Amino acid sequence: MAYILLRHRDVPDIGNLNVYKNNGGFDAFKKVVTKMKPNEVTDLVKASGLRGRGGAGFPTGMKWSFIDNKIWPHYVVANADESEPGTFKDREIMESDPFQFLEGVAIASYAVGANAAYVYLRGEFWQIAKSLDEKIAEMKDAGLLGEKLFGTDYSLHIYTHLGAGAYICGEESAMLESIEGKRGQPRIRPPFPAVKGLYGKPTVINNVETLTNLPMIVANGSDWYKSMGTPDSAGVKIFSLSGRVRKPGNYELPFGTTFRQLIYEHGGGVQEGRPVKAIMPAGASSSFIVADEKVLDTPMDYAAVRALGADLGSASVIVIDDTVSIDWIINKTIHFFKHESCGKCTPCREGTYWMMHLIDRAQDGIRSEADVDLLLNVAKQMQNKCLCPLGEFSTMAVVTGIEKFPQDFRKA
Amino acid sequence: MSLAKKYPKEVKQILAKYPPEYKRSAVMPLLYLAQSEEGYITRQAMQDIADTLEISITDVGAIVGFYTLYHDKKEGKYRMQVCTDLPCALRGADQFMESLCANLGIKVGETTPDGLITLEAVTCLAACDRAPMFQIQSGDGLKYYEDMTVDKTMELVDTLKKSGAEVK
Repeated sequence: MAYILLRHRDVPDIGNLNVYKNNGGFDAFKKVVTKMKPNEVTDLVKASGLRGRGGAGFPTGMKWSFIDNKIWPHYVVANADESEPGTFKDREIMESDPFQFLEGVAIASYAVGANAAYVYLRGEFWQIAKSLDEKIAEMKDAGLLGEKLFGTDYSLHIYTHLGAGAYICGEESAMLESIEGKRGQPRIRPPFPAVKGLYGKPTVINNVETLTNLPMIVANGSDWYKSMGTPDSAGVKIFSLSGRVRKPGNYELPFGTTFRQLIYEHGGGVQEGRPVKAIMPAGASSSFIVADEKVLDTPMDYAAVRALGADLGSASVIVIDDTVSIDWIINKTIHFFKHESCGKCTPCREGTYWMMHLIDRAQDGIRSEADVDLLLNVAKQMQNKCLCPLGEFSTMAVVTGIEKFPQDFRKA
Repeated sequence: MSLAKKYPKEVKQILAKYPPEYKRSAVMPLLYLAQSEEGYITRQAMQDIADTLEISITDVGAIVGFYTLYHDKKEGKYRMQVCTDLPCALRGADQFMESLCANLGIKVGETTPDGLITLEAVTCLAACDRAPMFQIQSGDGLKYYEDMTVDKTMELVDTLKKSGAEVK
């Protein structure tokens, strides 16, 4: 099947504007601006079943429909802050198929009536930001951005904004704070960004992969998109496969692909032919799934993974084999979240700090049953009390790790 | 000399990205511009940015302190930032780091005596399939080095020592 998102794997020079245009590029943007009303675009995306690819899986068209049409101007922000450990898909899109992503930003902007869009990139994507700036300039020269596009009254400008190393800025309200020139700390919600977002104005924030789907949905229709994937999760997804597999990498596959197909058919199986012990389907934020035959045959979509007690998230599938102890894994995840906690709310700031000290003590060999109980207790006390998902995420691997792999924590 | 005087074109371009009434938004790109001078941000530069954007130096300092890619002290010319986060560690990043320390003769967080390399451990850089890997930050540039070995890294260190070029 031809690629829908990672199209550079079929058409190597798709990052060149002329090649992109020769392959249908910007026909969809021109079509929406000249032939469709904004709400018709939103309805089309609603009908396609497209869900947000950043992790939450929220229906994209519905998110757009929440935008407040009594307050203007509107903004679109593309979330290119890809920072979840195990996720590296948006990077490949922006490096290799940048115009399809930018066309997606343009289509979303038209749909919600935004004349300015910001692409927020993590600071480490310095080279990608430079390259996107060049692509944006090329689009302007080609009359695809700027004033009165395609002879209509619609105008659009796209700008990049480079972060500077903070995982929390992937949280949408922290991202808005960061663009406003402040520390990236989440806002209390409501009000939600669709009502009060960037500069206090209605704002839609969508992930890079979500946006990159849009040109193809406009070009081929919602029925075409829905014909792929599962009834719960339409279309294709890029699975970032990492950990103890032979062939880690990005795999664009329809929703409903099983863990077994991803790990064995595409990922070449586990290193040294060892068995899969556990799977973290949503990166470091993930709950552990204990791998057994039934789990491996589970078709991956949002609902099916939730039924296994985890979340699909951004589909950053980390594979863990039987050589790895789960207490070592959560040492890594706890240190990550301790480092990335923004410090605004107490449960997360203090909770990640104490979890770190407890797991460090256990790793130093001073291991006691009481410490394991205390660690579990601290993690559970944090749950449902944090201002944003980061604090909640930090507890997922801890709680499910201790509960599902007690032998890895209560060693003699 | 102020940034606006020294880099009039760049500063103007940066400010043009944001609505004129929200010029505080320009603080992050201006900090990158300031950092390109000496690899870290001086107090004078922070004051200068604060004046340009009509905010306090405390507001600017808070940004420098919050984001890990801004630095307020001089370290090695090249900051070698090795990802030792979970997915990279599952592919040998910790052992890579250990052996790198031994080869460079420094610990994580330290700078080589010639002031060339500061070695740092960092969290996920979105390159989990190409571990071991690191990024090098120097001036305002930043570059990824992926699928690395210790030998390849030491060759790179030699090249950087000879060229002294900024990474782009």
